[in-house]
Amino acid sequence: MSAVMAEHTWVDIGPIASIPRLGARVLKRNGVDIAVFRNAEDEVFALLNRCPHKGGPLSEGIVYGRTVACPLHNLCMDLATGQAQAPDEGRAATFAVRIDGDRVLVSMTPV
Amino acid sequence: MAKERLVLVGNGMAGMRTIEELLQLEPDLYDITVFGAEPHPNYNRILLSPVLSGEKTIDEIMLNTRAWYDEHAITLHTGDPVVDIDRKARVVRSEQGLAVPYDRLILATGSYPFMIPVPGAELPGVMGYRDIADVDAMIATAREHKRAVVIGGGLLGLEAAYGLQQRGMDVTVVHLLDSLMERQLDKPAAALLQASLEQRGLQFLMEAQTAAIEGDGRVERVRFKDGTEVAADLVVMAVGIRPNMALAQRAGLHCERGIVVDDTMLTYDPRIYAIGECVQHRGQCYGLVAPLFEQAKVCANHLARLGYGRYEGSVTSTKLKVTGIDLFSAGNYRGGEACEEILFQDPGAGVYKKLVIQDNRLTGAVLYGDTIDGAWFFQLMREGRDISGIREDLLFGQAHLGDAGHGGQTQAAAMSDDMQVCDCNGVCKGEIVRAITAKGLFTLDDVKAHTKAAASCGSCTGLVEQILANTLGSDYSVPEAKPLCKCTDYTHDQVRAAIRDQHLTSMGDVFQALEWRQPDGCHVCRPALNYYLIATWPNETADDSQSRFINERAHANIQKDGTYSVIPRIFGGETSPAQLRAIAAAAEKYDVRTVKITGGQRIDLLGLTKEQLPHIWKDLTDAGFVSGHAYGKALRTVKTCVGSEWCRFGVQNSTQMGIDLEALTWGSWTPHKFKMAVSGCPRNCAEATIKDFGVVAIESGWELHVGGNGGVKVRATDVLCRVETPEQVKEYCGAFMQVYREEARYLERTAPWVERVGIAYVRKRVVDDEVGRKALYKRFLASQKLAQVDPWKARAAGAEAHEFTPLHEANG
Repeated sequence: MSAVMAEHTWVDIGPIASIPRLGARVLKRNGVDIAVFRNAEDEVFALLNRCPHKGGPLSEGIVYGRTVACPLHNLCMDLATGQAQAPDEGRAATFAVRIDGDRVLVSMTPV
Repeated sequence: MAKERLVLVGNGMAGMRTIEELLQLEPDLYDITVFGAEPHPNYNRILLSPVLSGEKTIDEIMLNTRAWYDEHAITLHTGDPVVDIDRKARVVRSEQGLAVPYDRLILATGSYPFMIPVPGAELPGVMGYRDIADVDAMIATAREHKRAVVIGGGLLGLEAAYGLQQRGMDVTVVHLLDSLMERQLDKPAAALLQASLEQRGLQFLMEAQTAAIEGDGRVERVRFKDGTEVAADLVVMAVGIRPNMALAQRAGLHCERGIVVDDTMLTYDPRIYAIGECVQHRGQCYGLVAPLFEQAKVCANHLARLGYGRYEGSVTSTKLKVTGIDLFSAGNYRGGEACEEILFQDPGAGVYKKLVIQDNRLTGAVLYGDTIDGAWFFQLMREGRDISGIREDLLFGQAHLGDAGHGGQTQAAAMSDDMQVCDCNGVCKGEIVRAITAKGLFTLDDVKAHTKAAASCGSCTGLVEQILANTLGSDYSVPEAKPLCKCTDYTHDQVRAAIRDQHLTSMGDVFQALEWRQPDGCHVCRPALNYYLIATWPNETADDSQSRFINERAHANIQKDGTYSVIPRIFGGETSPAQLRAIAAAAEKYDVRTVKITGGQRIDLLGLTKEQLPHIWKDLTDAGFVSGHAYGKALRTVKTCVGSEWCRFGVQNSTQMGIDLEALTWGSWTPHKFKMAVSGCPRNCAEATIKDFGVVAIESGWELHVGGNGGVKVRATDVLCRVETPEQVKEYCGAFMQVYREEARYLERTAPWVERVGIAYVRKRVVDDEVGRKALYKRFLASQKLAQVDPWKARAAGAEAHEFTPLHEANG
């Protein structure tokens, strides 16, 4: 299948309950690690699991509101946009997420 | 529903700081309109003197640009002062005829320079020193004229005189009293200052009372009561400021020396707040910026409808912004009855220091020539710390208190711009100074956020605070007690007291009871709250793993590449061939990349992936190991020497003592990491005197030590007491840990905690009060019953499996 043709390749990662609330799990696919977060409101977000600062695994950070704090140096990343909170700079790639009934689907194409 | 309308009268530092604080709390609550009399956006008034002297430009001192106002949808009217408030209709009217209704009004009209009412005071060439227009006029005059007279030998007058001299004028300072800056300096310091300024070419007329200013169409001379005269092309009056309260008075608000406000910054009209230099609070008017910022925080708190901030007055400090003159003054510098003074005088070197002490507390300080410890003295004053223990060395500053790791802190002023301040993040002094001036930073937190200086290990915090103090001069302030985080205004101690007194047992309870601003807190408060909850209510609180840092959540230390390290517990550092074989086997089986002996006498296995952790833990726990907790704010290791079993000098069995202590305390969570050591004789090979709890064997028993630290800031322990039996060592150790667990702030090591509360207090709780000690020990043991469940074994058996396994694709 050609990646160029596909707008989105959706991957079903299971029920929302498989991700801890205010936490994250990692989806490993073709050598790319994607962190899938769930916040207190049960919103789900997917970010490339690499902090733009020093490459820290964002999946291991503390989640609050729509933010995750990188475990290495506490850069606070916006889960929806991947943008680091000012005055820090940098952006982590984001991936679209779809909730289909109880299932969580993550697009493999970065936004 | 339409938003409420907030109008700010006065586009200066106090008013705009309130707006900024408010926007942080409630960005969308109000439609905001700002009126300013000056034509500029908000600028940093305290840096006017460097602009006058030519060391800075006006652009460099702007705080909020017009774009900033646009970005925050704030309507700004510059050059258009408000002239009337109709309190009944709730409308303000401006000079240019604008009428703007308000629901809430802030008056921040500041102050105006007091002009001495002498004949000729209205002549062209006679001016005050207050704003950019004054500075522009002074600079313009300096281009065409030569002779300046500054009336007033206070802080502002001297800065003006210095600036004018830098602009090429001959300057005479006229002062009514016999000593300069009498509101900040005692006579010896003032004499040194005057001598030094005279050397720089300023002239002084002391005890001179101005009778008239004369000239034909423009100022030409100043005449004094005694008949003498001095020629002048420019006269700057800097004899003081007066609260600008005319508008408030016209509106019928209660005013005395300033607009009278209560502790919430409200005037007598409940819709009108007033803050800044125009205000009189508890009988005090303030002319420095630090108190204004504290007021702004309180005012914003109420505008945001939080309703719990209180302003209770400020202690202020002063620093003269004249390049090359080091002068610092704070608090009650004069001394007086019931006060004692400590003095140091070296007129040859131009150094004078005076500290005023009352009831074992520092209440005032004057420093001339050597001000590097000013910030530290000021901190001691604000904290009201008991200085009886450091009194002998106090005058010589913090560097002389035996903390080798912090010697560098007193160098800030002497450092060149390219010298590195923050050795963790590689930040130089110049970068910090530029960020402070260019971005308008005022607090340590601002500097941390913008430059990353002092944002890692924190050992350069003192140095960064000094640079802030030096750059901002008189106006740098550290809040007395910092809020726990941005989600609340409550301090660690207040939050902790609420958890205890209101019996709060879950994070949700805390958020609700203390009106947290974020529904699920942030990465700063959640780990702290989780600790406070489990330490206060161990039987009733569920540990919230999602509120723990990754190391404590995954029970291993995350490394820079995202892999983990595993350190099994080896009690007392005594191991066996069988244990070593098990570790070696595990290391080989899981392809451990590095095996390292740690500083605490344990073995570190590095480079494991998260998925491998439960597997290697299974192997290790099957061999009898438990977690070493090397990743936690918890009991780390008990380091020992071989002691009397082998050593020819050993007087007690230190290894067994260490093993027993580690068996007693492993698994306990503490405010910060907690390290111990036991030495078998006073030669102290286990280095027990730089541990949180250290034990040194003596012939008659054991000497107990507390509050040591060998890391960021080296601190030798204080001796707690001597005991005779191992049972006593355990009891005192458990009791000490329990006081620390119950009372220290999260992320506060024992060393700063002991310094803060005083070793006398620790001795009182752990040594003198036998009943209290036993009760503490009992609480410690009770909490240990729940804490000593090996987290590795549980996870090896499948607990928290989601933490250690990646997601799987259902359709992949």
